[in-house]
Amino acid sequence: MEFFRFRRDIAFMRHALVFNAISFVTFALAVFFLFSRGLHLSIEFTGGTVIETEYAQSADIAKVRSTVEAMNFGEVQVQKFGTSRDVLIRLPLRGDVRQSEVVGRVYAQLCAAEGGLLKPVQTTTPKGETISRQACETGAGATATEPLKLTRSEFVGPQVGKELAEDGLKALAFVVAGIMVYLAVRFEWKFAVAAIIANLHDVIIILGFFAFFQWEFSLAVLAAVLAVLGYSVNESVVIFDRIREAFRKFRKMTTPEVIDHAITSTMSRTIITHGSTQMMVLSMLLFGGPTLHYFALALTIGILFGIYSSVFVAAAIAMWLGVKREDLIGQARKDQDPNDPNSGAVV
Amino acid sequence: MNRYPWWKYLILGLAMVVGLLYTLPNFFGEAPAVQVSSARATVKIDAGMVPRVEQAVKAAGLQPDFVQLEGLSVRARLADTDAQLKARDAIVKALNPDPADPSYIVALNLVSRSPQWLTGLHALPMYLGLDLRGGVHFLMQVDMAAALTKKTESLTGDVRTLLRDQSIRHSGINRAGDSIEVRLRDRETLDKARLALTDAQADMVWTEGADPAELKLTGRIKPEAVRNVGQQALTQNINTLHNRINELGVSEPVIQQQGTDRVVVQLPGVQDVAKAKDIIGRTATLEVRMVDDSAEAQAALTGSGPVPFGTEKFLERGGVPIIVKRQVVLTGENLTDAQAGFDDNHQPAVHLTLDARGSRIFRDVTRESIGKRMAILLFEKGKGEVVTAPVIRSEIGGGRVQISGSMTPMESADTALLLRAGSLAAPMEIIEERLIGPSLGAENIAKGFDSVLYGFIAIAIFMSAYYMLFGVFSTLALGVNLLLLVAILSMLQATLTLPGIAAIALVLGMAIDANVLINERVREELRNGTSPQMSIHLGYERAFATILDSNVTTLIAGVALLAFGSGPVRGFAVVHCLGILTSMFSAVFFSRGLVNLWYGRKKKLQGVSIGQVWKPAPQPGSAPTSTAVTTPKA
Repeated sequence: MEFFRFRRDIAFMRHALVFNAISFVTFALAVFFLFSRGLHLSIEFTGGTVIETEYAQSADIAKVRSTVEAMNFGEVQVQKFGTSRDVLIRLPLRGDVRQSEVVGRVYAQLCAAEGGLLKPVQTTTPKGETISRQACETGAGATATEPLKLTRSEFVGPQVGKELAEDGLKALAFVVAGIMVYLAVRFEWKFAVAAIIANLHDVIIILGFFAFFQWEFSLAVLAAVLAVLGYSVNESVVIFDRIREAFRKFRKMTTPEVIDHAITSTMSRTIITHGSTQMMVLSMLLFGGPTLHYFALALTIGILFGIYSSVFVAAAIAMWLGVKREDLIGQARKDQDPNDPNSGAVV
Repeated sequence: MNRYPWWKYLILGLAMVVGLLYTLPNFFGEAPAVQVSSARATVKIDAGMVPRVEQAVKAAGLQPDFVQLEGLSVRARLADTDAQLKARDAIVKALNPDPADPSYIVALNLVSRSPQWLTGLHALPMYLGLDLRGGVHFLMQVDMAAALTKKTESLTGDVRTLLRDQSIRHSGINRAGDSIEVRLRDRETLDKARLALTDAQADMVWTEGADPAELKLTGRIKPEAVRNVGQQALTQNINTLHNRINELGVSEPVIQQQGTDRVVVQLPGVQDVAKAKDIIGRTATLEVRMVDDSAEAQAALTGSGPVPFGTEKFLERGGVPIIVKRQVVLTGENLTDAQAGFDDNHQPAVHLTLDARGSRIFRDVTRESIGKRMAILLFEKGKGEVVTAPVIRSEIGGGRVQISGSMTPMESADTALLLRAGSLAAPMEIIEERLIGPSLGAENIAKGFDSVLYGFIAIAIFMSAYYMLFGVFSTLALGVNLLLLVAILSMLQATLTLPGIAAIALVLGMAIDANVLINERVREELRNGTSPQMSIHLGYERAFATILDSNVTTLIAGVALLAFGSGPVRGFAVVHCLGILTSMFSAVFFSRGLVNLWYGRKKKLQGVSIGQVWKPAPQPGSAPTSTAVTTPKA
């Protein structure tokens, strides 16, 4: 099999202006949505409480909402989660309530609403582990049933959230700076700037998607965004590598021609690699369940736009910045083997 | 050209064997076990417990796989849950003669089923995070300001004593926030006081007040000493938590420092948040009382008389009864520190530090009771026990108390720990709490596993179809990557979380990039008409620089996540970074090894099974193909 059969180099750079315009519009839209709608931050960043309960029967959302609202914890979000029996409740931080007690109180109230009573229960799993928990039981003895179960709860105090947001920004700054320094040393500052602009534009676009659709932005999503940043930069690196090689090999080509050649000859690899990574991510999106859903979604957007930006944006910016043959090939190296890909590497 | 020397194959073989060995324990699953841990701070579990447990289990006619001491508990692994229940009952009967007042917690839980010889190699299964096994997680903030205030308070007492001892007259000492203010009458005494204070208090900086009308020295704790205070408070809190959490009978509790002022507590298998919080938040109290050594009390001890009025009978550590007066002299609140050390005769001793109020009371009490005994009691869950009952030799002023005599260094360390264990050095507040149900954990494992599995299969099918034999090599290399990654994670005993599994999936998806680069390069060389052997050689060589570059950029992102991430992000980052490193090894070194093994010996290689290599017909003006010559293709 061979998917990609290019008879001649595709003249990408002839349309560079068009691609840059598309990028700019997408970027502007993403920024617009980021500001107008904002990110729907998970409680890890904002602080607050999340409670996930599993009802024995299909849950009555309205009843759950009114029960929780009656407790006066402020703006409550109640929604189904996964199946119709799973309910997710989000509560904001409130200064006047002992936050660490909120989960217990809400659970007790929900239990009472179902006519049950909370009691400590000790069970041994079939594997042989003792588990003690607060079970909500109605009835007594052997006929006792559990109308609802607490499957997950999370409480995050205000101190933690602020720090996480700060750390996230620090990590982003570190990645940007680290990659720029590396590329500047390995190639040239123009490439470093081009690669970072191209890939930051990916990051903003991912965030724009999250803002537009109001998908939950959690710590895992942040990790995905940063991982994708490192990953799609390597796409630019592969193309830059080729540009350097082509500058050396084909002395008569102009800069746009060299870039076109580099992009065309890496096209096959770009699509196949990203396709493979995307297969993994797709598998996570399909089989990973709700916890990995947004993580995989962020990766998907990142990978797709990563291809686009490295191919169409990074090289074009490098071109606008005026990359020249002399930038990458020193004068002193003329006597070296022009086929050696490492001969241009100056560290 | 495409041959590895024998030692490279040896390295590959060795890596495979080690990888397999350390991945192996993850496949054995878990076996039922009985865990014995201490129910009280005063009861210590050591190696001596192992034969007792073993005996109890064997007496019940059961054969445990092993009984061993792990950290602060003894565990016995059993064949099935029936034996587990029987063993538990037998152990409870043997160790806790009084069921109403148990000294040991005997709990059912799970340990790895992997055989002993693997465990002997330190090949242990990966540690599963709470999101995969269920449990509760707390993040607690230690109130460092309170710890500092407490420290300043005790230093204020020291300053007062010091000035009195050196007969330096002052017109008032008081604590203002985290500093100590000493007011003095004239310049001469001020200089004297400053000299004395600077000499005696190495942890403080003294500055003179700016107001000339009011002579004043202000002492502040030095920044490095502040850090020390914080670290000590944290360590003490962690120790105290360890003691308390024992009681839950959790198999692998995690109690760790995070940052400078936080403690993470993770209790796998625990679903009862209320109970866990109750235990974490419980305060054990320390009391100092006088021992009643009167004739009536002696009679009561031997059982020939009633316990005298106004006294109580307690057991000393080790089980000797002792009669103690009801009146409380001091409580743990007045005790600021307890450290093990040595006395002037180089005998092991415990040094106690009392705060100002405590010192005053202590001086008065000791003056009146020279030759008598006092008892230090630790109350836990409403039950008291005498930690130590020393004889008072002389009046003790200044708040520095030394308990010495007939102690081993080990015992003095234990006693000091117990005296501190009573309380938390600084109050803690729960700032993050997470509960994951056990079914959710199992679900997460299954989902994470499925994601990796199906993604891997999809990539394997595609690679093999597109690159033929080279695709198979790439897939095998990817498999080795997974193997090595799991082996390293097991070796490091890193915690595997759901984001960690996601990182494994992602790393595999990214790792295939290196092989795609190589395969594409080899094809390109073939397309350009290079001989098959040379194409393989050049393909690997030329792709390497690119692979290195792209992995470095990915690694930069990984390191940033590792450095700044916390919680789930950290779990992701660890796997991500390790995965990049193993992928370099497997994608380049290992896959080359396979290729060399397969093709390296064939001197007259006609073709390479790397899928169809398409060649464009030579056309003028297309640079890359202008050098193409037709050669036999695969």
